[in-house]
Amino acid sequence: MAGSTFPILSALIVTPGVGAVVVALLPKQRPQLVKPVALLVTLATAALTVYLLVDFKTGAAGFQDVTKHSWIGSLGISWHLGVDGISLFLVVLTGILFPIALLAADPPHDAKSYTAWILLLEAGVLGSFLSLDLFLFFVFFEIVLVPMYFLIGGWGYDNRVYASLKFFLFTMAGSAVMLVGIFTTVALHANETGTVTFDVVEIATSQSISQNAARWLFLAFALAFAVKVPLIPLHTWLPDAHTQAPTAGSVLLAGVLLKLGSYGFLRFGLYLFPEASHYFAPLFLTLGTIGIIYGAICACMQRDLKRLVAYSSVAHMGFIVLGTFAFTMQSVTGGVLQMVNHGVSTGALFILVGFISERRHTREISALKGLQAVAPIFAAVFIVVAFSSIGLPGLNGFVGEFLVLIGSFLTARWWTVVAAGGVILAALYLLWAVQRVFMGEPDEANRSFKELTLREGLVMAPLLALIVFCGVYPKPLIDRIEPSVKELVTHVEKYAGFELPVTPTPGAKG
Amino acid sequence: MLTVAWLVPALPLAGFLLLVVFGRRLGEAAAGWLATAACTGAFVVAVGCLLDLASRPQDQRSDVTTLFTWIPVGSLNVELGFLVDPLSMTMMLFVTGIGALIHLYSIGYMHGDPKFSKFFLYLNLFVFSMLMLVMGDNLVVTFLGWEGVGACSYFLISFWQTREAAASAAKKAFVTNRIGDWGFMLAMFLTFQAVGSLNYADLNGAAAGLAGSTATAIAVLLFVGAMGKSAQLPLSVWLPDAMAGPTPVSALIHAATMVTAGVYLLCRVSPLLHEVPNVGTAIAVVGIVTALWAATVAIAQNDIKKVLAYSTVSQLGFMFIAVGSGAYVAAVFHMVTHAFFKALLFLGSGSVIHGVHDEQDMRRMGALRKLMPITYITFMIGFLAIAGIPPFAGFWSKDEILAAAFQKSTPLWVATFVAAGLTAFYMTRQVIMVFFGEARWKHEPAPTLSAAGHDDPEQGHVVTPHESSWLMTLPLVVLAVLATFGGLFNLPFWDGTRRLEHWLDPVLGEAEVPLTLSTSTLIVLALSAVAISLVGIGTGYLVYERRRVRAFEPAVFADGWYLDRSIGRFAGGPGMAAFEGVAWFDSHVVDGAVNGVAGGVRWSAERLRRTQTGFVRNYALGIAVGAVLLLVWFATRGGF
Repeated sequence: MAGSTFPILSALIVTPGVGAVVVALLPKQRPQLVKPVALLVTLATAALTVYLLVDFKTGAAGFQDVTKHSWIGSLGISWHLGVDGISLFLVVLTGILFPIALLAADPPHDAKSYTAWILLLEAGVLGSFLSLDLFLFFVFFEIVLVPMYFLIGGWGYDNRVYASLKFFLFTMAGSAVMLVGIFTTVALHANETGTVTFDVVEIATSQSISQNAARWLFLAFALAFAVKVPLIPLHTWLPDAHTQAPTAGSVLLAGVLLKLGSYGFLRFGLYLFPEASHYFAPLFLTLGTIGIIYGAICACMQRDLKRLVAYSSVAHMGFIVLGTFAFTMQSVTGGVLQMVNHGVSTGALFILVGFISERRHTREISALKGLQAVAPIFAAVFIVVAFSSIGLPGLNGFVGEFLVLIGSFLTARWWTVVAAGGVILAALYLLWAVQRVFMGEPDEANRSFKELTLREGLVMAPLLALIVFCGVYPKPLIDRIEPSVKELVTHVEKYAGFELPVTPTPGAKG
Repeated sequence: MLTVAWLVPALPLAGFLLLVVFGRRLGEAAAGWLATAACTGAFVVAVGCLLDLASRPQDQRSDVTTLFTWIPVGSLNVELGFLVDPLSMTMMLFVTGIGALIHLYSIGYMHGDPKFSKFFLYLNLFVFSMLMLVMGDNLVVTFLGWEGVGACSYFLISFWQTREAAASAAKKAFVTNRIGDWGFMLAMFLTFQAVGSLNYADLNGAAAGLAGSTATAIAVLLFVGAMGKSAQLPLSVWLPDAMAGPTPVSALIHAATMVTAGVYLLCRVSPLLHEVPNVGTAIAVVGIVTALWAATVAIAQNDIKKVLAYSTVSQLGFMFIAVGSGAYVAAVFHMVTHAFFKALLFLGSGSVIHGVHDEQDMRRMGALRKLMPITYITFMIGFLAIAGIPPFAGFWSKDEILAAAFQKSTPLWVATFVAAGLTAFYMTRQVIMVFFGEARWKHEPAPTLSAAGHDDPEQGHVVTPHESSWLMTLPLVVLAVLATFGGLFNLPFWDGTRRLEHWLDPVLGEAEVPLTLSTSTLIVLALSAVAISLVGIGTGYLVYERRRVRAFEPAVFADGWYLDRSIGRFAGGPGMAAFEGVAWFDSHVVDGAVNGVAGGVRWSAERLRRTQTGFVRNYALGIAVGAVLLLVWFATRGGF
């Protein structure tokens, strides 16, 4: 195995994990140490993810840097990590977003435990993206819950207790069913093959579970992911969690946590249960498409800017689900790209809303007015990010959305026709918000609105750079994502009795 | 020279980037000159490309340059490629040429604006996007430009963003355009599925072999996109509101270039349209209905720019009549001459607005011809061109459209003919209200004067109209020359004078429906076109100058046949209510169910707690019952 020299994937999980412990153990009387240490840890992790990216073998489909050590041997549970084109950029995105989220906003109190929870969250998220062992994945998937629960409940806004509990109960309910699903999967696999293993690759490639059972198991997994994504009608925890969470919480929730759901669908839905995924595809295509339109309509009507962005997430994640269950090269690749793009753009929007709320102590759209007149650079940054979220070609959002739609059109035409209407609504809710918040003559309360500071500009700069880069030249990303997607889609084709759509060869006159 | 065709969009892009970084430091004049230089440079390079292209044999006048691969996934391969052929070359020339003139004009027009450098930054970005639109060798690059110009239009309409009307108009423009974009996107998806590529060459090459329904669907969906961008009914509602932007923007974006993108797109896929004549008929019908609708509305507008805005919608309708009739050359010809005279008219109106200190209501103008001689003369040339008086440019292109309409169907021609008469009429009305008659500005000082009074120390009235500076009048003169002689591009007399037709032949020739009308018919058509123009002008003269006939300006015209108002009412009423309904459903029903379940759980938990009696025998009983039930279940299922 190539990863035998330096266990980079383990290091990726261990670094923030150890960082969390270190921060937690820092002496109480030295609070000024917390931030530098945490930044150092997250930047080191980010550097590792960049190293991973550079080291990644472009064009290879399988898992790279694989590490496998037996953990509970008798049950076939192991510390089994690997990265492929589907998880690569989610890992990099995680690496980049955490230091940004730390820099974007300071907690109002108790920075030490706040920071420790964030670092633990990073370890959990990275673990979830890298795990190739069902048990290990479940452990990380659950670890993620705890810090987020405490971040919302401890450092959130007025209604934080309700929101954090709602978040916890929703995701717990999903996970509980998934846990049953995991054990049953392993048991049934063992029944058929005689080996007890939690190894995802082994279970996926053997495809030994009977069709009927696999469909039930798929649903058990899918429920957990549907809550995380979130799919309509399991989405109502999201607006509350987002609105009540502190800025960093919202950024990370939208940026990486939701992706655990959409990533889960790919890795543990399509890969483990290809036939079942195909069987239930119409259900998920429909839910995704409803999410696109429904989320956008709800976003239009929100009075709280942060809630508006939260509902826009529901709409954007709908595109990813649509692409995932359309099973074409373009749509799945677009879905993976869209995960990254959504993390960048929506993360950036949440940071900006956080800046607004810090200045004005309100996020009510009706209380904000004419900010462009007093803070033109702030407004320009917001508008660029908004256009990226709207899907303006040349910025990142377009590439993912376009690929999802053009690919989905091949296999799910009428869903796509409806989903494409989402691009109209996206322009409506975001530009309407821009109009109400930034345009017009600023009133008394908004006239002293502070321009973007240097620190804030530095926080936004990498995100803006990514927004432009991924929009203009997405090829380096696509080149790394595509082989893994191809393998996954072929896997589905092989076991689901479904044929990949073939487009005509251009130039050959019909 | 064609190898550096990429420089044409690259120069305005460079100008944009420089202005993003240094715009504020450069300050007023320098920022404007930098942007103007960038656009002029693009024009010069475009001329070089033209010479190169023209020197080649006709069948080799097509050049594809690929910069890099943009979006490659599976069988989809979207490249950032430029296609330089006679059609895109024509567009590149007038986009950069008129663009440069309007940049120059703007240096004078935007003088003193606190956001001066920002304005030029957007203008350069716009020219860049427009060039991407016309130079793209595939639908996606065109779409990149298409959305880019839409975004620039958004920024420039809302340039004075503190004005509510401007902010609202900008959003309306973008969202309405997005409805069209929905059609454009679906057209791309269907093209990919049916052709396997999004390149124009592949699409047009495969057009003949496509299933009828597929070809029809692609053509209709592209037309939906064109309707948004080119403001055809019912997606026309955004353009009149867009006049809230600065006047050079109205001239460049909302008259000369961006709004013609829809016409360009349809010409680009003319071989596809050729396969589906029914779609052509539909396009012509939408065009003529729009042309008539907008012309009647223009009759009753009092805002100098609103008249021109509706006029633009109407003229775009003419272009779609041409496209629908298979007269692509006439459509492009009219696009070019319209760009000359409508840019001229808009810039002229800007000069007038400037001269009377930001007044736009024509009822407070009049008799300006002596005070603003250059503006007056050039505006009159634009007027004669749009009214269709020979030998001015508009006559020739409109005549070709009329001939094509006549050949397509007589009712179509009659309606187009009436629209041409209305055009002459409303333009006469405008010219008289602005430049002739009594000076109504003397009696009613405009309300916005206080700040502007220092311009003119002359005593007497607070408003003293004055001619604009050379920065503004020079572009007027150049455009006036073009509006006068623009017809030379394609005179219909004999083969040698049809330069544009020959030039465009490699691109449009295949799909062009040839005119088979006899020479005498054509002469009669041309004479009747002149006659209807004269009737329009004469009627206008009688109504507005001699006041022999009472003006006919019913509210239904002034209000645009209540279209905008009805859409607004619908969107604000039932539309908003439906959205509110969904949001209510979400917070009360969906989330209500969640909270209901939570409440139910709490309620039952309260009761269940009583079962926790602490008596072991109770628990044991429960376990036993459960075990029996499980056993029964396993027994009946016969094993899992």
